[in-house]
Amino acid sequence: MNTNLLEHPASSRQGADDQRADDATFVTLTVADQLCGIPVLGVRDVLGEQTITRIPLASREIAGSLNLRGRIVTAIDLRRRLGLPDAPPGMPPMSVVAEQGGELYALLVDQVSEVMTLPPSSFEANPPTLPPHWSEFSAGIYRLQDRLLVVLDVTRLLSLGPTSRGPASHGRS
Amino acid sequence: MDDLLADFLTETNESLAELDTALVKLERTPDDAETLALIFRLVHTIKGTCGFLGLPRLERVAHAAENVLGRVRDGQLTVTPGIITTVLAALDRIKEIVEALAATAAEPTGDDADLVVALDAAAEGRQTEPVPPAAAAPVSARPATTDKVTAPPSAAPVPMPTPAPTERAVVSASTEPSAAMATPGDAHAEVQSEGNPVGPQTIRVGVDVLEDLMTLVSELVLTRNQLLQLARVHEAQNNDASGFTVPLQRLSHITSDLQEGVMKTRMQPIGNAWQKLPRLVRDLARDVGKKIELVMRGAETELDRQVLELIKDPLTHMVRNSGDHGLEKAEVRRAAGKPETGRIMLNAYHEGGHIIIEVADDGTGLHVDRIRAKVLAKGLATEAELSAMNDAEIQRFIFRPGFSTAAQVTAVSGRGVGMDVVKTNIEKIGGTIDLKSEPGRGTTFTIKIPLTLAIVSALIVEAGGERFAIPQISVVELVRARLDADPQATTTPVVERIHGTPVLRLRDRLLPLVNLTDLLALRATEGNQAERSVHVVVVQVGTASLGIIVDRVFDTEEIVVKPVAPILRHITMFSGNTILGDGSVIMILDPNGIARATGVAGIAGADRRADRSHNEAIPAAQTQPRTAMLLFRAGGAEPKAVPLSLVARLEDLPREKIEFSAGQPVTQYRGRLMPLVPLTGAIDPAAERFAVLVFTDGDGRQERCMGLLVDEIIDVVEDTLQIELSGDRPGLLGSAVIAGRATDVIDIGHWLTQASQDWFRRPEPGTAGGDSRPHLLVVEDSDFFRHLLVPTLGAAGYRVTAAGSGAEALRLRDAGAMFDAVISDIEMPQIDGHALVRQIRASGPWAHLPVIALTSHASPDHIDAGREAGFTDYVAKFEREALLASLRQCLVAAGRAATATSRRRLEAAS
Repeated sequence: MNTNLLEHPASSRQGADDQRADDATFVTLTVADQLCGIPVLGVRDVLGEQTITRIPLASREIAGSLNLRGRIVTAIDLRRRLGLPDAPPGMPPMSVVAEQGGELYALLVDQVSEVMTLPPSSFEANPPTLPPHWSEFSAGIYRLQDRLLVVLDVTRLLSLGPTSRGPASHGRS
Repeated sequence: MDDLLADFLTETNESLAELDTALVKLERTPDDAETLALIFRLVHTIKGTCGFLGLPRLERVAHAAENVLGRVRDGQLTVTPGIITTVLAALDRIKEIVEALAATAAEPTGDDADLVVALDAAAEGRQTEPVPPAAAAPVSARPATTDKVTAPPSAAPVPMPTPAPTERAVVSASTEPSAAMATPGDAHAEVQSEGNPVGPQTIRVGVDVLEDLMTLVSELVLTRNQLLQLARVHEAQNNDASGFTVPLQRLSHITSDLQEGVMKTRMQPIGNAWQKLPRLVRDLARDVGKKIELVMRGAETELDRQVLELIKDPLTHMVRNSGDHGLEKAEVRRAAGKPETGRIMLNAYHEGGHIIIEVADDGTGLHVDRIRAKVLAKGLATEAELSAMNDAEIQRFIFRPGFSTAAQVTAVSGRGVGMDVVKTNIEKIGGTIDLKSEPGRGTTFTIKIPLTLAIVSALIVEAGGERFAIPQISVVELVRARLDADPQATTTPVVERIHGTPVLRLRDRLLPLVNLTDLLALRATEGNQAERSVHVVVVQVGTASLGIIVDRVFDTEEIVVKPVAPILRHITMFSGNTILGDGSVIMILDPNGIARATGVAGIAGADRRADRSHNEAIPAAQTQPRTAMLLFRAGGAEPKAVPLSLVARLEDLPREKIEFSAGQPVTQYRGRLMPLVPLTGAIDPAAERFAVLVFTDGDGRQERCMGLLVDEIIDVVEDTLQIELSGDRPGLLGSAVIAGRATDVIDIGHWLTQASQDWFRRPEPGTAGGDSRPHLLVVEDSDFFRHLLVPTLGAAGYRVTAAGSGAEALRLRDAGAMFDAVISDIEMPQIDGHALVRQIRASGPWAHLPVIALTSHASPDHIDAGREAGFTDYVAKFEREALLASLRQCLVAAGRAATATSRRRLEAAS
């Protein structure tokens, strides 16, 4: 159930301007009603609900592993990674697959929506008042017409491990 | 250039580069044991190899450097910049020699005496002047004259290697443009290959190409498995064979063939790894002055090249060990009635997806007693732990780091690097190693390794609703067990619990169990709880066995091992993950990781010991000393106990082995008669077999033993011991709560006298009779140990007075009592051992008495602290022999001092 979004990255552009070289294109997604974006070039696949094998003893952000055409992909629950409450039952997650260091990771999100190309003029740095677990993983904010889009820093999201600090214990503010 | 030499140069250059970095690192962090071990091993390898290649200069320098490092490793030297500089100077010298060696294929002449002297000085801990590099020993490329340099046979002074004609024949069949440099020899070879059209047709293919192919085939196998699974499900649902069936079967066959074909390209006969051994053995035989024959069987057995590369070094090491330690010298062999020529046999064969390699020698075998002594000396296990082990388990201590039984350090081996490295390397490739040894008959090592690393056979199990794969190579057997005793089904073993820890009796051994559901923090499933029965997967981890409790066991499946994502690597329970035929991802369990996590890996040894001392560091209720107690039953259902440290061995004796001598039951035991004492007072006429606790006394020819007949041995439990004394029942010290049950603790002293009236009348120093026996004071707060010690010392010929506290001892002193020596516990309330000895030494008539400390912490630090406080000697608790030896020594020394004093007094008077 792969959604073929990537064939037309510029299909739903924001605003009427022609695409410029410094425009950036994002796969947009929602977690707990917040609109987020991941740079399209880092996205390998978008998946619907998958069978996920739990990995015992892994940190709670790691949802498990899944089989993507013969490759083993480690799934990370974005809600937990961002310190958000778990999704209500009956809401099958979708996932965005990203690659890092030759390994594939699936970020479980509530919903994957369109691909947007956004001009740099609407980009802003993180507001200093952003809660720590958001500011750690946000690379900046885009002002859209009716809502805000948080650009997720995939590298930071994936730097999990025995030494990683959970967002809750993070003290930057 | 010699093949061996070329390999040596490559290896040595790599090692040298690594050594430079490591040494500099060590200088900065002198306490880094890991780096030190690495350095030591690298230098050891260089030394070992060059010994065989006939490179005396290199060997001398490396040996001297290794000496220094060995002393640093053993903690006899501390790392100083001076030592590092000296060792670095040695490395520089090695580099120079190696460079010259690469150019001329012969060791350059030169004198390393200055360097060796500097290294030896450093090894002895003397301050040294750093040796100026190079200048002292000019490298000369002159051919060897006075120096006895043994050049390798093929080392002609030609800088370019000349390939052997056979190799050229192979190359000429390929498309390499080597024909350009044709020589008459080449032409000849080419004519031959043309004249022989069925000659070997080979092309050289890069290893990486083969590796890629292997990866692709692995993926193909997985996909094929998934397709087959899908087709099966589809067929079952639609109840008809779809048109896919036939092509799918063809695909399946082709995939299998392809997999086999690609595997074949990577297969090499194991003989390739053995090529260098005949030469090595020949040189070894010459060096150590033995006659050795090397027999190789199954050299054509093929295995994956990756595996082959990885076992090459371990095998070399083991053959070297067999020749050096295993085999005896010709005259010893002759005396033992064996053929003069010792034999090392290598044997390789396939066995169910694995390769078995045996390295056997017909030498002396492993000396269990010597290993036992070494284990104790190195502190790898306690006497109690050793007494619970059989010979095979004790022999396996040779796989422990830092263990070596060779009495003397030879240039060949014998520094305790070796078997532990071998074991680590074999386990790294998912293999196992075991040994069998018979005294006087030889030792056989058996290595079991997988054919290939990419695809392994695995057992699929389920626990807590999740499936896991366990590599088949480590699975020994599957056992079904019940969770609670059921009188109806007596054949099924029951999972028993010791303080909540599950164990299983399996063929008279206690198998530690670990519940996978608990270990991996999974949800317990309802269904199996109701069933009250579980599956136990018995796995072998190194030398230890472990039972893993799972809910269900499925089939075995061929799986392709894939490494886990980096963010999961810290979970040591898993060695990888894989995709099953049904497309689901499952984790592969790592039995080694599980054993480490549960503390089974280092059973009765260093690892668990480390854990324990770790626990002791935590100030908790664990400060109470724990004692290993052997629980058994004899006459009645309630358990009885005896400290395990007092029991030499446990035996199982059939009725017919019991004989009677002068009305007393005896048995022939290890070549002599052992008196047997039934604890219940009479031998049960109905019993067919008896459990026997063997107690021994003395050593060697003087050894006496006694067997205590009991009904059944229950368990060994380590527990804090709080004994309630009851003096009125003969043969019992009292009772204690052990493992939650009231247990009678038996008084061994009583039973020993039952066995033999003269047990306690053993000639010991000063047993002339009457009160000339040396008089000892035992200060010990624990009633239990006081009651153990007093009879023990009494039996050894001493008159003993006991005091329950330091204060009581001091009162005795002030009351004017006099003793020949004092034995005191360290850990006591109010006045501890250290305080007591300080008071004794401070003033009074006891100031010069020998005072021996008894303690459960016999670490060097403790000993130093004890010496400082004024103790004459320091003995670990329960080490009866050590205590007696120490007493003898102290009394002799004290006697001499006393005689000297009285002589002086006499002289002064006259």
